Amino acid sequence: MATQEPVTDVSEETALVQLARSGDLKAFSDLIKRYEGKIFRLALHITQNREDAEDVLQEAFLKAYEHLDQFQGNSKFYTWIVRIAVNQALMKLRKRKSDRAVSMDEGIDTGEDTVTREIATWDENPEQKYSREELNSILDDAIQGLAPTYRTVFVLRDVEELSTEETAEALGLSIPAVKSRLLRARLQLREKLTRLFKRKGDDAFAYM
Amino acid sequence: MLTCKEFLQELTDYLDEKTDAELRAKLERHITECPNCWVVCDTTKKTIQVFKGMKEYAVPSDVHERLMAAVERKCAAKKVR
Repeated sequence: MATQEPVTDVSEETALVQLARSGDLKAFSDLIKRYEGKIFRLALHITQNREDAEDVLQEAFLKAYEHLDQFQGNSKFYTWIVRIAVNQALMKLRKRKSDRAVSMDEGIDTGEDTVTREIATWDENPEQKYSREELNSILDDAIQGLAPTYRTVFVLRDVEELSTEETAEALGLSIPAVKSRLLRARLQLREKLTRLFKRKGDDAFAYM
Repeated sequence: MLTCKEFLQELTDYLDEKTDAELRAKLERHITECPNCWVVCDTTKKTIQVFKGMKEYAVPSDVHERLMAAVERKCAAKKVR
């Protein structure tokens, strides 16, 4: 286990960044230990590839180390490193796939045809129906099925729990663009999970 | 009375509690009157909850060690410059 629970003590974090900036490698190692788990997960979710995710993890922390003097200190270190990691991950994705859908600026339908085909309530608690590992793998698969533009916004907002503003800043998107992608992503995931988690015999007809 | 489409457009802000009181009241009225939108709202809320409960990955120790070695190399190079 190389991770530890991230501590959200801002003043302690500011002190670590100051020390790291003055060349204290131990302080930078502490920052790494605090956030590497989150950054690795984020990189895996965006790139969908373990090797790329490891590269992203390394490149992000190396870049951060190199440019520590440019870190303004008016945002959290975590938001800053997330932004660097997201950029690295998106670059990997573009290189690997030349996938048209990877561009964050691409025109996206803003929800005119938002899908809600599966109308059914869930079993009370999916957490009790599946083991933690099974559930994580179901959730990973569901995220994998999203287009990269939706996937990235969803992961930043609902898995890493960045604010809408922080997500917009990290991805160079407007706030309305983040919101519309988030809505589409949430609804698509809801569809997928409802197919798995719906209560037996429960469907739209129950309400008609 | 909101249409289902209008309700869906506001769903993200509603679930994030970012709507003003007036719109919130309209949205809540809609779900008391529209069972389908109630289900969509409830299951979307559960979708978000289940993802928020995802466990953080433990970085495999070999990955962690390679990262630390790379940073140490960078640190040494920085000192030489």
